[in-house]
Amino acid sequence: MRTKGRWKDPLNLVITGVGGQGNVLISLVVGKALVDAGYFVTIGETYGASQRGGPVMSHVRISKDTQYSPFIPDGFADIVLGMEPVETLRMLSRYGNPSVVTIVNPRPIYSIDVTGGQASYPDLDELMSAIRQLSAKVWVVNATEEAQKMGSAMFANSVLIGALVASKVMPLDKERVELVLRETFPKEIDANILAFRKGMELAKLE
Amino acid sequence: MSIALNAPGTSQLFIGNEAIARGALEAGIGFAAAYPGTPSSEIIGSLAQVAKDVGIYVEWSVNEKVAVEAAAGVSFAGIRALAAMKQNGVNVACDFLSNLVMSGIGKRGLVLIVCDDPSAISSSNEQDTRPVAKWLDIPLVEPGDFQEAKDMTRWLFDLSEELGTICMLRSVTRIAHARGNVKLGELPQIRHKAFFDQVHDLSNLMPTRYIPVPSPVRHLFQHMRLNRAKEKFETVPFNRYVGPRNPELLIVTCGSCWLYSLDAVKALKIDDRVGILKLGTLWPLPEKFIQDHVANAEKILFVEEIDPFLEQNVVEFIASLPSIGRLPAFYGKRSGHLNAYGELNPDTVIKAICSIMNLTYQPRPVDFSSRAESFKKSHVPERSMTFCPGCPHRATFWAIKNALKLDGRNGFVTGDIGCYSMAIGPAGFMQVRTMHCMGAGAGIANGLGKLGQFGFDQPVLAVVGDSTFYHATIPALVNGIYNKSNFILVILDNSATAMTGFQPHPGTGMTAMGEPTDVVSMEALCRALGAKVEVCDPFDLKSTTATLLDMMAQGGGAKVVIMRRECELVRSKKQQAPYRVCVDEKKCIGESCGCDRLCTRVFLCPGLIWDKKAGKAKIDDVICTGCGVCADICPRGAIVKEAR
Repeated sequence: MRTKGRWKDPLNLVITGVGGQGNVLISLVVGKALVDAGYFVTIGETYGASQRGGPVMSHVRISKDTQYSPFIPDGFADIVLGMEPVETLRMLSRYGNPSVVTIVNPRPIYSIDVTGGQASYPDLDELMSAIRQLSAKVWVVNATEEAQKMGSAMFANSVLIGALVASKVMPLDKERVELVLRETFPKEIDANILAFRKGMELAKLE
Repeated sequence: MSIALNAPGTSQLFIGNEAIARGALEAGIGFAAAYPGTPSSEIIGSLAQVAKDVGIYVEWSVNEKVAVEAAAGVSFAGIRALAAMKQNGVNVACDFLSNLVMSGIGKRGLVLIVCDDPSAISSSNEQDTRPVAKWLDIPLVEPGDFQEAKDMTRWLFDLSEELGTICMLRSVTRIAHARGNVKLGELPQIRHKAFFDQVHDLSNLMPTRYIPVPSPVRHLFQHMRLNRAKEKFETVPFNRYVGPRNPELLIVTCGSCWLYSLDAVKALKIDDRVGILKLGTLWPLPEKFIQDHVANAEKILFVEEIDPFLEQNVVEFIASLPSIGRLPAFYGKRSGHLNAYGELNPDTVIKAICSIMNLTYQPRPVDFSSRAESFKKSHVPERSMTFCPGCPHRATFWAIKNALKLDGRNGFVTGDIGCYSMAIGPAGFMQVRTMHCMGAGAGIANGLGKLGQFGFDQPVLAVVGDSTFYHATIPALVNGIYNKSNFILVILDNSATAMTGFQPHPGTGMTAMGEPTDVVSMEALCRALGAKVEVCDPFDLKSTTATLLDMMAQGGGAKVVIMRRECELVRSKKQQAPYRVCVDEKKCIGESCGCDRLCTRVFLCPGLIWDKKAGKAKIDDVICTGCGVCADICPRGAIVKEAR
């Protein structure tokens, strides 16, 4: 991501998960923090109909020079941040390359195709192994588990944002991100800051 | 962050729709109206949030036709106005628009924003609105990024005012719903007084009036306005060229395809060989500007979504040039290098360029690609869209499915546009047999309900959402009642325009600006029209099924059943889950039950999962919202709900 103190330009982040998990919020927090740091930021989202339980992705593209398109070309992701393991692999298989790094929440969410029996959910160990085989480096962050300990699975977003900051794969600054979190989640800010810091801690342990 | 932020010069991260809304504020609008529709909804959504602070009026209108009519009225009284809609909404508004073009607008600008949805990501179709602007004879522009979305909107009000015509800005999903940097401009301080001026206008010796006749003369006036627009378009900064002086290939593009073209040229590292002619003003075409840049081109590739609009019009223009000798080679949709359906992206553009210029492109090593492809096949199951956990529509369609089966006369559902459109698939047990535009389900039912003399005795349930009912269904219901057509209008009243982001509608008692107002009661309205009306709670499966059965058995003219239950996404923001739901492992005997795993295989709520090892159903406590409906479908009573 960074060679001789210079960040790769553009730097391409894919955020993925299942409709309802809060993809858009992560991309918004990350994006705002980077605009404040002087970057051109483009975010492409799938939302609307795909909100309802389907796969969702956000493409976050940052550059010091120019506004990029809201689509990362196939094979051009630098970082994949996955809120769900199958969705992480879905994105890696399309946008990954030998130097992509991955942050993944290993908590599965079963689709109606799986519960209905038309598809089967892979064995979790095999799934995580596939993710490792397609990534240069992997941080496994039990975001849902940690968030539930804090009272609600909804805080998993903030845990993952913390992990993204601590992994140092993007020019994200802890103080700046906390400031944006305070703007974005004014209602539940204390819990979200705790979740964010927990995420930072977990990524450092990895 | 607020779109009304008074911080000129600062850079903000806005979605395209917020950028458009900000541009309208910078243009000094006094009025904005729309009917919600993805991907356009956040324009009015974000304006409504700041309306009181900046002193403007913003509303969710009952439909797009009323929205643009209201905005035109405001322009007649000398206040700048905006109407916004998705592509389908333009069809609803077109009858008025085609007359407004002839009458002209008032003294102050009137702008129509249309957001198209290539690939129909959140739509029933992917129609391209650009040709509509051409046949309406109105100026058309399209922003190529987020900054332009703001700047163009602001400028378009000046243009509209100067020409005296409504102008259209077309956006697409990847601008409307994507986010990017927007540098803010000044917010105006001037406020105009609203007044419908009836004084004779000395220049044409007629009293001021907005009428489309005499049409041929008015039509001529509009063509003169378009000619003036064409001249203006020659010098605006929204049309530009990047690339070498004599490119091997010239790309002509607009909208989000401008960014895809830039990405493609960068990814292929051919910016010294390929030029990009980016057009922001699409109709009328800036002909001289185009002529200057295509003069020496030997190969031209058109990159645009969805129809070959630029391709047809620019090719026609080039072919009509008296100085043209040999025509350049044209590539695009006609040549098959790009599709005239579905959205484009950098990769589709890369592929087209490679094919034209004989380039090879390998973004990642072959062995990585084959490993990735193989994992995708073996380890990435499908994930279909479905109703949210706790959604009242799942319960409604469960009751409909069972009632139609019990009735036994091959009854069926004609559907409509909303979250409940998903009942065309397994989410709603494949119950919906027709789905077209807003209100069409009830219209179609009108015809089916008159087929008794041809031996037709199948019950017809026209299913429509609450917002859709107000938008376009009322005339179909009036028709059905008056002409005694035999169908049941089932209104799914979840107290929100849920699909597009929970906007209020006339049944909710709240305006766009958050003011309480009197509900237009759908049951009172239907009863006043003369329909028999029943109101059900879809979570009460037993009584809902019984009501549907009873209504079908009665026959004899149009009837109404209202399924009333608040959208779960709205409810859960206000209250805790009503129940704690779990599976009694002793009672659930899995595959040996004989229920064919009714809960996980048929009911398909994502909160219910199948524990393979135990061979029993299980509740996913991260997903379950505690509605408790599944407890009533389990034949063994193995799913238990406890009040919280």
